[in-house]
Amino acid sequence: MSTANQAGAVIQQRWPRTGNRSKRVLPGFGLSLGISLLFISLILMLPLTGLVMEVSAMSFDQFWFVITDPRVVASYKVTALAALSASLFNGVFGLLLAWVLVRYEFPGKRLIDAVVDLPFALPTAVAGIVLATLFAENGWYGQWLSNLGIEVAFTPVGIVVAMAFTSLPFVVRTVQPVLEELAPEDEEAAVSLGASDALVFRRVIFPALWPALLTGVALSFTRSLGEFGAVIFIAGNMPYVSEVTSLMIFVRLQEYDYAAASAIASVVLLVSLVMLFAITLWQARYLKRVEGR
Amino acid sequence: MTITVDGINKRFGQFQALNNVSLNIPEGKLTALLGPSDSGKTTLLRIIAGLESADSGQVAFSGKDVTKLHVRDRNIGFVFQHYALFRHMTVAQNIAFGLESLPRKQRPPKSEIQKRVSELLEMIQLPHLAQRFPAQLSGGQKQRVALARSIATRPKILLLDEPFGALDAKVRKDLRRWLRNLHDEFHFTSIFVTHDQEEALELSDQVVVMSQGNVEQVNEPTELYARPDSRFVFDFLGQVNVLSGELKHGSLSQGNARVTLPGIQHQGNAQLYLRPHEVRLATVPAEHANLPLRIEAVSLIGSEVRVELRPEGWASEGSDNIWEVGISHAEFNDQRPARGDLRYAVPEVGHLFTGKDTQPETVSWAEADSFPRVRLIN
Repeated sequence: MSTANQAGAVIQQRWPRTGNRSKRVLPGFGLSLGISLLFISLILMLPLTGLVMEVSAMSFDQFWFVITDPRVVASYKVTALAALSASLFNGVFGLLLAWVLVRYEFPGKRLIDAVVDLPFALPTAVAGIVLATLFAENGWYGQWLSNLGIEVAFTPVGIVVAMAFTSLPFVVRTVQPVLEELAPEDEEAAVSLGASDALVFRRVIFPALWPALLTGVALSFTRSLGEFGAVIFIAGNMPYVSEVTSLMIFVRLQEYDYAAASAIASVVLLVSLVMLFAITLWQARYLKRVEGR
Repeated sequence: MTITVDGINKRFGQFQALNNVSLNIPEGKLTALLGPSDSGKTTLLRIIAGLESADSGQVAFSGKDVTKLHVRDRNIGFVFQHYALFRHMTVAQNIAFGLESLPRKQRPPKSEIQKRVSELLEMIQLPHLAQRFPAQLSGGQKQRVALARSIATRPKILLLDEPFGALDAKVRKDLRRWLRNLHDEFHFTSIFVTHDQEEALELSDQVVVMSQGNVEQVNEPTELYARPDSRFVFDFLGQVNVLSGELKHGSLSQGNARVTLPGIQHQGNAQLYLRPHEVRLATVPAEHANLPLRIEAVSLIGSEVRVELRPEGWASEGSDNIWEVGISHAEFNDQRPARGDLRYAVPEVGHLFTGKDTQPETVSWAEADSFPRVRLIN
């Protein structure tokens, strides 16, 4: 009818049919995406490009020589092992902490919840100095541990402690929201079917949790790979024993060998990226299967 | 298994969820816990299941005290309103969960579990969906899987918390029928919670009406409908027309409305409750009743024509001052009542409430039938 045509005309006037812009409800998509991309470029992509350019100035032989230097390779081992231990430790302890924070009510709960973020807020160098003081042979913890014959400060164990400290929030903060959203009915259903508490955890709670837990552990691991400030104060930094890769980068910078520093940095970067991508891909596939999307 | 609930009290902070509730659930029957929200029906079900503990009181299965028994040892099947399927497990894995959770000694071998699962899948008519994940199922399918999961270990007691509450009307109706058949086939002692009086009356062998943490009435559906004990039960079981007034010399009056109540001695305030089908409409007042009403709306949908009327010169209690009367389609075609017409309600059976907590007295004007029936004449 004529009224319908009029209405159509009005709509056409207000929303010119160029592209599918008219279908968006929220305005400002172009602007917000533009700003976001600009920021990502300036803050993330440009420095990375600089890194790649620095590396690409080297020949492959030079590059290979730098990154396979025995001392550097030893640092890879130390770093990877320490980061793995730290992130696994955080996987267990962070899960426990998240569980306690979500499941139980107790005085001081909010305080602990806030303290979890402390490693993010604290300058890592401060954390390193504090840890080194505590675990030194005459420190509060160190004197007890040395009585037991355990040395932490200035050994690879110290590196693990520092890495675990700085990356704990990753696990807690990724697991916590998932735990909060777990429907209590799922557990009640499992228990009403006769499952023991251990079985409920193993077959109902943990499977719902572990994509988040894995992400948390992976984040914790990659963060630990690059940890510098907290580690160097407690590591002792003995070549081949307790030198981390980020320290090797620093050492090369001190020698004004920017290309070598970039080369080693690019290895760390590559490992981190590959890990994060792999986890994201795997998680998307897993969720797709379960969610039926 | 019979279920006995004795003197259960439950408090959530300041809120008294259950107030000294005692109840007998007969073996092999399907019992409905019916009530509005916050009436304590779900809390009672969860206490029977062992998912919640009572502040005081006792729960017994076949005379055996289970109050202190953990839910996992009570051997009950429990069905949740929102299915509570394990979303990372397939349909088959969900159904097998109960069997696989049995202690090692009682656990059947893998092949037997598989057999039982396919039996159950057959029973819920979803064998083709065995390898799907819950997210890929519709609501009705999910609830059927949840049911199959809950009865996999052959419990004697099946407890269902608003099992059809999250489903749409059509699916709900199918599932209702299906649950009834399932119950008749397996002879569980079942309890289901609902706020839908139609569902309760249609599906159950026994209805427990609850309100504010108390059991209001327990009876078979037909008896319950015929003889509600209290105003609450009356109000809750569907539409009801109320004349509230002054009772004097066997006559209840308010404004220009008047009903003679043969054989009633009580004096003072009283309310007469009339169901839509217990009232006829006439164009002239009957000898025993003068209830003038004006037609507000006529609805032809359904097996009966529903006529909504507004009191003329008096007021009704509740239901927005509206009376509802059901007449047959034949009657409707005869008389064609229309919006704005004046009619007189002629009660045939009524229920008179006098005191505060007394049971109603049923009044019948059967002799009205011996008079020439007053018909609608246009």
